[in-house]
Amino acid sequence: MNRILWTALLLSAGLFAAGALEGEVAKQPLNVSAIVMFLLFVGGTLGITYWAAKRTKTAKDFYTAGGGITGFQNGMAIAGDYMSAASFLGISGLVYLAGFDGLIYSIGFLVGWPIILFLVSERLRNLGKYTFADVAAYRLKQTPIRTLAAFGSIATVILYLIAQMVGSGKLIQLLFGLPYEYAVILVGALMILYVTFGGMLATTWVQIIKAILLLSGATFMAVAVLSHYGFSPEALFAKAVEVHEKGEAIMAPGGLVSDPISAISLGIALMFGTAGLPHILMRFFTVADAKEARKSVFYATGFIGYFYILTFIIGFGAIVMVLNNPQYLDVAKQAIEGGSPIIGDKNMAAIHLSHAVGGNFFLGFISAVAFATILAVVSGLTLAGASAVSHDLYANVFNKNATEAQEMKISKISTIALGIVAIFLGIAFEEQNIAFVVGLAFAIAASANFPVLFLSMFWKKLTTRGATIGGSLGLATAVVLVVLGPIVWVDILGNAEAVFPYKYPALFSVTVAFVAIWFFSVTDKSQTAKDEIEAFDAQDIRSQTGIGAEGASAH
Amino acid sequence: MTQEQVEQVKNNPKYQELVSKRSAFAWMLSIIMLVIYYAFIMLIAFKPELLGMKTGEGVMTIGIPIGIAIIVISFVLTGIYARRANGEFDALSQQIKDELR
Repeated sequence: MNRILWTALLLSAGLFAAGALEGEVAKQPLNVSAIVMFLLFVGGTLGITYWAAKRTKTAKDFYTAGGGITGFQNGMAIAGDYMSAASFLGISGLVYLAGFDGLIYSIGFLVGWPIILFLVSERLRNLGKYTFADVAAYRLKQTPIRTLAAFGSIATVILYLIAQMVGSGKLIQLLFGLPYEYAVILVGALMILYVTFGGMLATTWVQIIKAILLLSGATFMAVAVLSHYGFSPEALFAKAVEVHEKGEAIMAPGGLVSDPISAISLGIALMFGTAGLPHILMRFFTVADAKEARKSVFYATGFIGYFYILTFIIGFGAIVMVLNNPQYLDVAKQAIEGGSPIIGDKNMAAIHLSHAVGGNFFLGFISAVAFATILAVVSGLTLAGASAVSHDLYANVFNKNATEAQEMKISKISTIALGIVAIFLGIAFEEQNIAFVVGLAFAIAASANFPVLFLSMFWKKLTTRGATIGGSLGLATAVVLVVLGPIVWVDILGNAEAVFPYKYPALFSVTVAFVAIWFFSVTDKSQTAKDEIEAFDAQDIRSQTGIGAEGASAH
Repeated sequence: MTQEQVEQVKNNPKYQELVSKRSAFAWMLSIIMLVIYYAFIMLIAFKPELLGMKTGEGVMTIGIPIGIAIIVISFVLTGIYARRANGEFDALSQQIKDELR
């Protein structure tokens, strides 16, 4: 195995060298410090993968790192899963573009966490083993519930992967001067290595290291910006208002979330969607017990909240230090469109700011961190997707007598398959408008995964029929409304007017799911329904007290 | 768990105390969080100019400290819950487990 890892390392180094030679055709010149720092990260994480591989022997090790991650470590890893390149570059870019509106998104992404802690996390930990489907199918029929949950998980994972892969290709093209396809293949190959060999243990530590690097880098940028203004936010904001074309409007809510329906719908998608993301839910099984699960959310909320405050400062920092700075001006674009566009687009605001405050060296650091962020997030996603295939579909639907060794083998094959699918989709979607995919992933998580999971834990009268029909209808409604909505129907398919007027379908699709689950459960008078209702008390006792819950493995 | 054990736990007053205290606490905190968040969203949707009000002579608006405060409150609420659950509620759970043996 050692040899395989070293070959991979050399191979990735070779890819970079090859990319460097062709760097002239790409948008950015070769960034040596970025490449050196990125190689350090890759080398270090492959070392961790080697270490983790020796400790990953059983299925429990592979899916949950043996259940031995501490609350603090897991909080860091959850925060890492959440602080994707999209949220670092995207939210700081949004603040750069629209000021206050960026904060609205940050808050929406954050407030789901306290709710997850109060209502979901400990029950999830007490009932589950490897995936959230373990919980949803606890007292219901395995085959239909596992299939639905696996379908919801895989759909969420693949949509999320598309966004991450396309983002990584573009980012790396821009930052390192590496061709798009190479970047996508490199990300895919590294992620396959981390996950197949190191399982959840490697995935968790890659995520923790990246979270530390990202938080340190963002802290440095925010402090550097504030120190320019004598640590007076008022002075920073005053300067930003002075130079931004929107003036004082950047200090108040703008047009980003305009009507109440959209605002509520977005809020529901963000809140319930977070509580239905398979790669996040899976992290609750990596800790020893409910106590550590609670600590995980406490630390995660702290890190994520802190991170969002930093991105807000970084966005304003970019307004005062990057906007109107001739160094970052895209002259070619300005000639066509006028205004003062920056190189890349608004998502590059934080990257340019890193150069403005820390020169080439720090630009290299932040670029490497951005790449590392994508790698870590896609690894977590792939692990969650592979687990849905091997644990939910294979071991609990197709081959109920599967041995642990067979299940492990399937999980590794699925990881490699998902990695290849991700590379393929990343290349296929290069020129596509992918603005809808993350929204769709959240809508599916909120409308299919979350209602089934939530009601299975809280509602005694839930039956298999209700969960299957309601969850499927929620999923279908979310997909149909996104397709008929303004982003896909108008922006992508080119129709004049959207059939469904709102960008975020969650308010409607989540309602459909809950109502349908309720209706098809209460009208279910079958004997299995009676048995399922009867089994609730035993399940509830386990979820409330942890009696009979999965423990950590001894090693 | 056998049906007998289920009945035993269900009839244990400590279990009933745990469930009622914890659900009341968890739902109360959830409602506080939801009210704060949706009040903020409603302000954005219906009265955005309220959040754009100046706090003083400069450019600072009340929207910014309010936004930051929501982030801080979210964190504080998770701390409050985790502290009580990891202490009081876990101690009760442990007693229930011990009595089952």
